[in-house]
Amino acid sequence: MDITTLTSKRSLVWWSIVLIIFMLLAFVPLYAPGYPVVLLSSILMYVIMTVSWVMFSGPTGYMSLAPAAFFGVGIYTSAIIGKTLPFPIVVGIGGLASFCLALLVGALTLRLRGIYFAIFTFGLVMLIAHFLLFWELHVTGTRGRFVMVMGYNTIYFYMLGVFLLLLITAYLIRHSKYGLALLSIGQEEDAAAHTGVNVTMVKVITFAISAFFMGAAGSVMATKWTYIDPFIAFNINFSFMPVLMAIFGGMGQLYGPVIGATIFTYLEEFLITRFAELYMLIFGTILVVAILYLPDGLVGLIQRLWKRISERKHVDT
Amino acid sequence: MILTILDVVIAGLLLGGIYALIAVGLSLQYGVARVLNISHGEFIMIGAFGTWMLYKMVGINPLITLAMCGPVIFLIGFFLHRTLFRSLLNSSASWDIFEGRSLLASFGLLFIIQNIAILTWGADIKAYSYLSYGVNLAGAVFPANRLVTLLFAVIISVAFYLFLACTRLGKAIRAAAQDPRTAGLMGVNINKVLALCFGFGALMAGFAGGLLSMCYPITATMGMEYTIIAIIVVVLGGLGSIVGSFIGGFLLGIIGSIVTYIEPGLALVAYYVIFTVLLLARPTGILGK
Repeated sequence: MDITTLTSKRSLVWWSIVLIIFMLLAFVPLYAPGYPVVLLSSILMYVIMTVSWVMFSGPTGYMSLAPAAFFGVGIYTSAIIGKTLPFPIVVGIGGLASFCLALLVGALTLRLRGIYFAIFTFGLVMLIAHFLLFWELHVTGTRGRFVMVMGYNTIYFYMLGVFLLLLITAYLIRHSKYGLALLSIGQEEDAAAHTGVNVTMVKVITFAISAFFMGAAGSVMATKWTYIDPFIAFNINFSFMPVLMAIFGGMGQLYGPVIGATIFTYLEEFLITRFAELYMLIFGTILVVAILYLPDGLVGLIQRLWKRISERKHVDT
Repeated sequence: MILTILDVVIAGLLLGGIYALIAVGLSLQYGVARVLNISHGEFIMIGAFGTWMLYKMVGINPLITLAMCGPVIFLIGFFLHRTLFRSLLNSSASWDIFEGRSLLASFGLLFIIQNIAILTWGADIKAYSYLSYGVNLAGAVFPANRLVTLLFAVIISVAFYLFLACTRLGKAIRAAAQDPRTAGLMGVNINKVLALCFGFGALMAGFAGGLLSMCYPITATMGMEYTIIAIIVVVLGGLGSIVGSFIGGFLLGIIGSIVTYIEPGLALVAYYVIFTVLLLARPTGILGK
């Protein structure tokens, strides 16, 4: 059989599975209203953050610690213009604002070595939070803002929509010339540049696209919180969570981050209200253990086990 | 006017002493052991809480506590490298991969240490008063504990510099900083040297924490801010340059003091702007090659 028909047939199967899952998810508010919808919204939020983080940092190997910055920009956009404009436009602008910030940050720093980029993006979150706090205290004379409230079903459907859009984008990037360029940057950046890849441009654009979805997720999620201030919106944990979830789930496949994010959000919902310190302790421990013993994440582990089992079958027959 | 300038500069030096000490520690960990230790600030926090606890409960002089807490924190750092970072190093294909993975592992450590601290000591602000009377210095009044802090920070840094410059082990550390592979071929026990460097880095952080607790209120979440400052100073001074970190610490202290004098809320923002400009214009730092 021809290789291309095989892959297209396989991807067709995958897409129909994805479609069925989405159809099922779309009907959740009908047959299980209330808490399951709220929980699923949180899960979707982290899934969006993690998948968009992996979209850029996975293939290139540049570790971005800026998700909290983009997420926060989305939240603030929602808080500032949410009451005057229709919601879909607010979400779009929230994403675009993050997109623009990422373009700027990327153009400035993506020429740097990987480790400097990580440090820089890490500091960016703190910078924005401190600057906003200063601005609110001295210029506008306020502390924090109120955000318009949306029903939990609306939040859920918007999250689902953003996620679908993200999944299609991530898939298209992965299976295009563009995704190949990204992979080659991660493997050997100089070689990629010599073969004619416009290295900086590819990196900056992908970084900005991933930021778009984080910003959109932020502007949807803001309506759930009703009140925000700089340190709620630009909480540094939103930078670490996607990284951990991606490492734990495995970055080789698109569904790895989805699994990682789902497990951790459930754990968070379960523990954080009563044992917040314990949750963060578990979080840290799993991070260290995952880095030490799960180089390809949970999905990689399952794949390895699966391979071993199927090899044994071959031996038997 | 001149008095104000002097005032601001001395305040900057007092702040800079602590920054220098913290940065020298991180410089050892990143410059030599290649671990960009995001949990550096947590060792500062451990030092600070250890000092606070011994002073409040047993009444031990904080300056004596430095000598007691120091070895414990050194051992924690040493064994962390021996276990965690060693096995990371062994399973990483290159130094670049190791840098990324050890950065993430130190994030994990940050959460572990910080939350153990919150569970043990609580999340509220702690403080004690020690040597908190004023001393008149060239017309401006400074608290005595800040001056003692500066003195100790300088003594510790200079002593460590002499150790690096004059002893055999110091030579081995400098060799490992330049080229770990070649140093290993020349008979330096590289695993031991890297672990020692990580331990010494934690030791510096512990000392800094003990000194800090004399002057400022402490919380279990104080570490992050100092980690960021340490990273900025290390980049400012040049990666792997101990002297550069030392000078960079004082430089950043003075800049911070000037900005705080003009607008207190913007000190961290100013540090970050300096960091950005530096990364773009001269990523090797003031003393880097």
